Amino acid sequence: MWRDTVLVAGKDLRIEARSRVALSQVVPFGIVALALFAFALGPDRAPMAKAAPGLFWVAVLFTTVLAVQRSVSVESGDGARDGLRLSGLDPAGQFLGKLLSVGAQLVALEVVLTAGVVLLYGARIEAWWMIVASCLLGTLGLAAAGVLYGALSAGLRVKETILPFLLLPVVTPVLLAGTRIWQAALAGGTPSYGSPWFHLLIAFDAVYLALGVVVYGPIQESA
Amino acid sequence: MAPAAPPTSALSLRNVVALSGRFPLLAGVDLEVAVGETVLVEGPNGAGKTSLLRVAAGLVPIASGHLSVLGLDPERYRTTVRRRVGLLAHASHLYDDLTVRENIRFAVRAAGADTARIDGACDRLGLVGRLLRTPAAKLSAGQRRRVALAVLVARAPELWLLDEPHAGLDAGARRLLNELIAEANAAGATVVVASHEPELVAELASRSITVTGGRVTAERTFGPTGAEAPGAAGLGTVATDAPAPDAPAPDAPAPDAVALRAAPVPPPDGGIAHVA
Repeated sequence: MWRDTVLVAGKDLRIEARSRVALSQVVPFGIVALALFAFALGPDRAPMAKAAPGLFWVAVLFTTVLAVQRSVSVESGDGARDGLRLSGLDPAGQFLGKLLSVGAQLVALEVVLTAGVVLLYGARIEAWWMIVASCLLGTLGLAAAGVLYGALSAGLRVKETILPFLLLPVVTPVLLAGTRIWQAALAGGTPSYGSPWFHLLIAFDAVYLALGVVVYGPIQESA
Repeated sequence: MAPAAPPTSALSLRNVVALSGRFPLLAGVDLEVAVGETVLVEGPNGAGKTSLLRVAAGLVPIASGHLSVLGLDPERYRTTVRRRVGLLAHASHLYDDLTVRENIRFAVRAAGADTARIDGACDRLGLVGRLLRTPAAKLSAGQRRRVALAVLVARAPELWLLDEPHAGLDAGARRLLNELIAEANAAGATVVVASHEPELVAELASRSITVTGGRVTAERTFGPTGAEAPGAAGLGTVATDAPAPDAPAPDAPAPDAVALRAAPVPPPDGGIAHVA
C-alpha cells in the first residue's frame, strides 16, 4: 500500500510540477479571494484583522475545491481513470497518494495565504505553533474529504458543479475548528481554548482517513 | 487465498450478462479461452466486442453468470487479476503532462512488473531518443498507440486483451504488432483480439468468434496457415447456450458440424446498448 501511495503521489505531483496549474491558477485564486475580502471590509484594518481567521479558512476551502477538481481532472483524460483501475494499484494506496498530493499543494497554498493575511489584513500571530498545527490537521482533513468526494463525483457528468455542493458542507467542522484555533493564536495562544477544536480536527481527520481507505476502492469501481 | 494450481482456462464466461444501467452490454455470453490460445473477436459496431474485453479485464462488473480470469474470480481477486491482465483499449491511458518514458515507467511500476524490461520494450516500439522525453500531449494518435503497446510489452501480462489494436498504426507498426502478439503467444501468453480487420489477425489466431447483440453467435477455427479450417467454413454459428468447444491444437483437424450447430441469431440491435 505504501509503495502505491508514493507512486501515485509522485505521479500527481510531477504532473502538477509540469502543468503548473496549482501555481498559476489555484494559488492566485486564493490570493484574489483574500484581496476581495479585504476590499469588501473596507480600508480599516481592525475589522480585517478580526475577521482574518475566518477569511483565511474560507479562502482555503474554496481553493481546496479547485485543487481537488484538478486532481480529478488529471485522471479524466484519455481513459486515465480506467488505466489507474487496470493497473492493479491498491485502492487505499491510490487514496493516500492522492491525499498526499492534494495535501502538499494545500500546505504550500496555506503558507502563501498566511503571508497574505499578515500583509493584507495586518493580523499579528502570537502563537505560531497553533497556526502550524491547525493548518496541518486541517489540510489532512480537507484533502481526505476532498479526494473522497472527488472520486465520488468523478463519474458524473456534472462533476465540476456537484463537487463544491458535496464537499463544502461536509468540511464545515474544519472551517469552524480552524477559525477558532486561529482566533486563539492571534489572541495570544491559549492552549486551553484551542484544545477542543484540535480534538475536533483530529476526529475529523481520523474519520475521513479511515473512510477513504475503506471506501475509495468501491467508489472508484462504481463511479 | 488464490488457488495454487495453474488454470487451464485463461478466460471463462458462462452465460455472462453485463449491464450499463438498464441496458445489456452482454446478453448471456459463453466463451472459453484456453491458456496460450489466440482468439479473434469479430462483430459489427455496437455488438459487444469492447464490452466483452472490458468485462474480461474486470472493468465492467457482471450482473449474472460466471466469470473466471486466469482461474480467478476478478471481483474477489481484483488486484491480482488486474496485474496479470493487460488491456489495449481505444484510449491510451496516458497522462498528457508526463513524458513517454514517465508514462511507461509509471504504468509498469503500478502493475508491479519489472522495470528492467522498459528499455527493451521502448526500443522494440521505436520509442527512442527525444521521443522518450516528449510529453504525451504532443504525440500523434499512432505514437500514443505505440506507447500503450510498449506498456503492454514491458508489463508482459499473462492475458492480452487487445481492442482494435491495429487502429491508428501504419503498415510497419501493424507488422510489428503482429510480431509482438506472436511472440507473446509463443511465450505462453493468452491473447484475445477484437478487430474489424480480421484479415490482419487471422494468421495469428487459432479461433475466431463473432459477437452480435451481446452474444457469441458464431465461431470459426483457423488452420495453421491462418486459413479457415476445412469443415468449419459456412457453418459459422454455434448455439449460444451450449458450452464453447475446446480450442483444437493448431494442427488438429477442424471441429465438424457436431460442435458447430446452427442456432437462431438474435437481431443485431435487439435491445443491446451500443458501445464505442
